[in-house]
Amino acid sequence: MSVGIVIVSHSRALAEGVAELAATMGAGEAAVAAAGGDGRGGLGTSAELIEEAVATVSAGAGVVLLADVGSSVLTAKLVVQDAGGEVVLADAPLVEGAIAAASAAAAGADMAAVVAAAESAHGFRKT
Amino acid sequence: MNTAEWIRLAAERIAADAAHLSRLDAAIGDGDHGHNLERGFAAAVAALPEGDAPPGKVLLAAGRAIVAKTGGASGPLYGTALRRAGKALGDTPDLDAAGLGAVLQAALEGVRELGQAGEGDKTMVDALAPAVAAYEEALAAGGDLAACAAAAAEAADQGAQATVPMQARKGRASYLGPRSTGHLDPGAASTALLLRALADVA
Repeated sequence: MSVGIVIVSHSRALAEGVAELAATMGAGEAAVAAAGGDGRGGLGTSAELIEEAVATVSAGAGVVLLADVGSSVLTAKLVVQDAGGEVVLADAPLVEGAIAAASAAAAGADMAAVVAAAESAHGFRKT
Repeated sequence: MNTAEWIRLAAERIAADAAHLSRLDAAIGDGDHGHNLERGFAAAVAALPEGDAPPGKVLLAAGRAIVAKTGGASGPLYGTALRRAGKALGDTPDLDAAGLGAVLQAALEGVRELGQAGEGDKTMVDALAPAVAAYEEALAAGGDLAACAAAAAEAADQGAQATVPMQARKGRASYLGPRSTGHLDPGAASTALLLRALADVA
């Protein structure tokens, strides 16, 4: 039973790409789903899409959301409010945070540890 | 007052002003505010309960539809505002002046909590917060529902206009830094429009 991860982005392509990248961590053991775009083929965010993605990766250990900017963050927060405890939003950069979260989730970390892993991505230096 | 009439009039006004609101958003955001809201409020009208539902139920139904169908940041924010307003009312059959004040207060709290914006951040809070304050002031002065709602609409207009020189500290516009100044905030503009519609049905 591992923690699920949902990638929320304005762009379906971006969400799917980040999810694809993150899912390769931990030999594919992490459950990562994408919730990108407005659900009608355009850029935007859809609470319904996020809720569906949460349902697909939820295995009873909680679900961590990572969001890109603006309405993705607000819509993710709303889904968190409505879910009541089983779903949390990580305050993390999208790509690095998703990779760190997926690695932790694949290794069997609990929800708090997956969030901490995602948030530690703020410190990943590239130069 | 009849909250379903307000949602219907709001949807009409948003649709009529959608291009303008999206243009405001194009200047400092992603240019979809008016059209997102048009879709959200059309969904709200379609979701209105049949017959004489209590005003709280009407607002809850409208809020849920707006969350589900809007698409931008305004969906969660206005959806939360309406859902909180609806919850504050519960099954109350009639909405009086004090009741509408409590509704507006609940809406403002919901928006603040979700968006974490304060006054001066160049957001819808800059229209909504002064509107709530003006409503409460008019109510304390003995105003009836229509007078209080008119005071709120006026304060929202002024609050929206006051966003022009502000630098955005929340939302997509905040990435523009100083370049966000000199533009009317689209969220404040749509909030002023919604409160004007409220005053017109009150």
